[in-house]
Amino acid sequence: MPRTPLPIYVLLALGAVALAVYPLFGDVFYVRLVAKVMVLAIFAMSLDLLVGYAGLVSFGHAAFFGVGAYATAALIAKAGIADMAIILPVVLVAAAVAALVIGWFSIRTSGIYFIMITLAFAQMLYFFFHDLPFWWGADGVNLPRRGLPRLAFGDTVILDLSDRTVFYYVALACLVLAFALLTIILRSPFGRVIVGIRVNENRVRALGYNVQNYKLVAFVIAGTLAGFAGFLEASRTAFVAPAHLSWHESGLVLVIVLLGGMGTLYGPILGAFVLVMLEDWVSGITEFWLLVMGLFVILVVLFLPNGIAGLVSTLAQRLRPPKPDVGKPVEREVEAADV
Amino acid sequence: MNDKTLLNVKSTRRQVLGGAAVAAGVAAAGTFVPTRFAIGAQANVKIGFLLPYSGTYAALGHNITDAFKMRVAELGNKLAGRGVEYVMLDSEAAPPKAKDNTARLILKDKCDVLVGPVHSGVAMAMAQVARDEGTLTIVANAGADNITREMCAPNIFRSSFSNWQSTYPCGSVMLKDGIKDAVTITWNYPAGKQMMQGFKDSFLPGGGKIVKEILIDFPSVEFQAHLTEIAALKPGAVFTFFAGGGALKFINDYAAAGLQGKIPLYGAGFLTDGVYQKAGAAANGIKTTLHYSDALDTPKNRAFRQNFESNAKRPADVYAVQGYDAAEMLRVGLEATKGDLGAQDKVVAAIEKATIESPRGNFTISKAHNPVQDIYLREIVNGEEKVLGVAHKALADPATGCKMA
Amino acid sequence: MRAGPIGMDFSYYLIQILNGVQYGFLLFLVASGLTLIFGIMGIINLAHGSFYMVGAYLAYWLTGVTGNLFYAILLGVPISVVLGLLIERFGITFLYKRDHLYQVLFTYGLILVFNEMRSVLWGNDVHGVPVPDLLSGAIPLTETQSYPVYRLFISLVCVALAACLYLVIQRTRLGMTIRAGASNREMVQSLGIDISRLFAVVFGLGAALAAFAGMIAAPVSSVYPGMGEHVLIISFVVVVIGGVGSIKGAFIGAMLIGLTHTFGAVFVPQAASMAVYAVMALVLLWRPQGLFGKA
Repeated sequence: MPRTPLPIYVLLALGAVALAVYPLFGDVFYVRLVAKVMVLAIFAMSLDLLVGYAGLVSFGHAAFFGVGAYATAALIAKAGIADMAIILPVVLVAAAVAALVIGWFSIRTSGIYFIMITLAFAQMLYFFFHDLPFWWGADGVNLPRRGLPRLAFGDTVILDLSDRTVFYYVALACLVLAFALLTIILRSPFGRVIVGIRVNENRVRALGYNVQNYKLVAFVIAGTLAGFAGFLEASRTAFVAPAHLSWHESGLVLVIVLLGGMGTLYGPILGAFVLVMLEDWVSGITEFWLLVMGLFVILVVLFLPNGIAGLVSTLAQRLRPPKPDVGKPVEREVEAADV
Repeated sequence: MNDKTLLNVKSTRRQVLGGAAVAAGVAAAGTFVPTRFAIGAQANVKIGFLLPYSGTYAALGHNITDAFKMRVAELGNKLAGRGVEYVMLDSEAAPPKAKDNTARLILKDKCDVLVGPVHSGVAMAMAQVARDEGTLTIVANAGADNITREMCAPNIFRSSFSNWQSTYPCGSVMLKDGIKDAVTITWNYPAGKQMMQGFKDSFLPGGGKIVKEILIDFPSVEFQAHLTEIAALKPGAVFTFFAGGGALKFINDYAAAGLQGKIPLYGAGFLTDGVYQKAGAAANGIKTTLHYSDALDTPKNRAFRQNFESNAKRPADVYAVQGYDAAEMLRVGLEATKGDLGAQDKVVAAIEKATIESPRGNFTISKAHNPVQDIYLREIVNGEEKVLGVAHKALADPATGCKMA
Repeated sequence: MRAGPIGMDFSYYLIQILNGVQYGFLLFLVASGLTLIFGIMGIINLAHGSFYMVGAYLAYWLTGVTGNLFYAILLGVPISVVLGLLIERFGITFLYKRDHLYQVLFTYGLILVFNEMRSVLWGNDVHGVPVPDLLSGAIPLTETQSYPVYRLFISLVCVALAACLYLVIQRTRLGMTIRAGASNREMVQSLGIDISRLFAVVFGLGAALAAFAGMIAAPVSSVYPGMGEHVLIISFVVVVIGGVGSIKGAFIGAMLIGLTHTFGAVFVPQAASMAVYAVMALVLLWRPQGLFGKA
């Protein structure tokens, strides 16, 4: 597992504390915006597991985000269930099953095929929710505020996601948990194999690992986490529409991962933060802000291939005395890809 | 239809109106009017537009905005003595962004009034936030029936139409024309289905028969296979709803498939509005129903159209009328309280009681806050739109499920 | 008509097949460029659909200026080729050595730029392009059923183009290089063939084909802002079904999708869009590398 420099952990901890106290003094609108950033960050992190670690460039990740959101909406609007103890397992299972099926097809391919097949499956699910009358059609569905997910023991409501402050802290807690969970996964033997596959698939196969199975498991984990992010988004906006699964959404989350820096878990968080704030800022300045955004994406691709995390990491490295020689070539490759 | 994604906000200071006087007036209202020294001593009314300024629906968004500003400019850039400020936000016609965008207008830009969207999905998301926050909102186009039915709220008005309203009269019109059976064809999305429901509500009880209901994936414009089917079914008429690019293509394809003149084509007015000029001869003979017609020959409408064209350098259309009337509704409400939006119930009561003098003809507001208006029957004759008459006088939406009504 | 159109006769099915084939031909024009660019240059080009859109808008604009669609096409194709070459030279060049991910994002950014430029140049309105007078009629088949001459014309032009493409690729030196490049890129490079010129030719050809498709489709599809993206995604499906780099595969895939879409829309209207992707999934289940792709 590639190491994240210690100063970055310190910065991340400080960032989490800052996020925790922000609602105490922050403007209502920006507190809302930060909640949006956190949900996007979880979504982007899940994709990073595939793109940055397993080397699987999925261009259909929004599919699972959407499945999570629609599963939430179906339980709330069709079945009138608001209990998180029911909603959450259903959401996770639905997203996991979708990821298992799509993953099973997709991991049989690689490269360009993988990109296009994940895209095509996401489109298929898009039309599934778009065209079948059961799913409310193209305009999506508004969920009743009172019906939003809550966690209760008996009659005592512990968490009510329709409350903005509660939602904010739930999202923050989930972000921290997702980060911790992915860190643990990546440090486990499983995570090492995943990273090894990206670096040299044949070598890992030669070592006797069933590469396909490892890829599939990574795909399912990523899809499930994306579904969870979809659940959060549905709870946050009380609104679900097919556009959540559109290929634009898949593209957007890829942009976030790349902008933040793939192959680092904090990269996607930075990416989500920067992109949303940029949106809030640039759009107020010029009429042709989409042109600016297009050029921005192009420039990031050309000049910041390792994203913001790459910059941060380089700076953090400079603050430390030079490291002794790292050793074996393979590990160095991993290290290089990690910046 | 939604070809923009990355980011979603646009509030620019650009002056949309071409007319120098109006533009200068707007700028003055936005920046120079002293808030404390004017008689009445009130701050500006801040109006937030959540409309599409990019993508397929951009033209609609601009027409609504410009006509709204034109009405305010006619009133000396004041509403009930208060100056007016505008914030324009690009809705991108993207429903998932609507809630965040609405929240931005209310919470960040501190808008007092929202003027609402073109897209029905955006409208429903927007209406929910506006209802929670209690901000006075005027929906200036989106026709989703639900907005003034089960989702109706005291602070939400509509200056346009309900989908049901625009097609309900057409069923009777077709029966009168001696048509006994019809094929319906539209996009498979809520607006399409609601439009078809309005038509069926009058066509079926009157003894009409529907041979087949064709629903096409939205926003696909591959009509050819279905036109072939219609040609084989040979119904007495075709009833349809498409808009914008889809409408243009449908009209062209219908003629190209040799159906024009053989099977009469009826539809909701959006089929031909802003479209027939581009379709040329292919649009001849199409009959539609709508709450407005470019060709309405009334002094009010002539003046409005002339004024708009000289300001905006492009012809007015039904969307401009809806924007213009949204401003008029706001004026009526604000004048009842001398510009005090805090007394929202009085503002609401005044709008409910008002008769709005509109280029489309006078209309009133129903208990569910939807216009009660005349629906016109129009036909394209030799490349020109003609008003054949009023298809239904003072039609009100049934407002099913609205607890206020 | 759930169980199928009872009483529909031979001419009905004939027309539906013609409809499907004609749609397939248009897809083929777009997809063939896409598959060549994949196969030979190793580039995944999301902006390919934008050329289709640009072509349609050029057709609208130039038809307005010159008064005739044919002149518009004569002028528009060179413009698109130049545009394609410029983008290849000043954009795509940087991506040859980069991971697919960067190609996806770069060309995704290009789509946004294209859309904004289109908005600046031509606005956001929807436009119609008149069918040339010469081809504006319809061929009557029964009392009410007829088939538009212009659609027949589209199919014939596409057949001619496909034949030309086939001859160029099978019979010329350039075609030989292209075939070699598609099957083994490194080999071609090491043989001393000027690879950067080959890439420019392929990209320019792809841009021309897509733009031409947009132009010739403009009278029947009308011209609207989001038109490029719809075609792009379906063309992806065609390429995946046919196999990356295979023109023959693109052709078969395009026909398959064209017919699936047409008959799907008639028989299972609510699942027509999904049916296209289901076909793709089935093909991949059978052959993960597509019908004519290399394993």
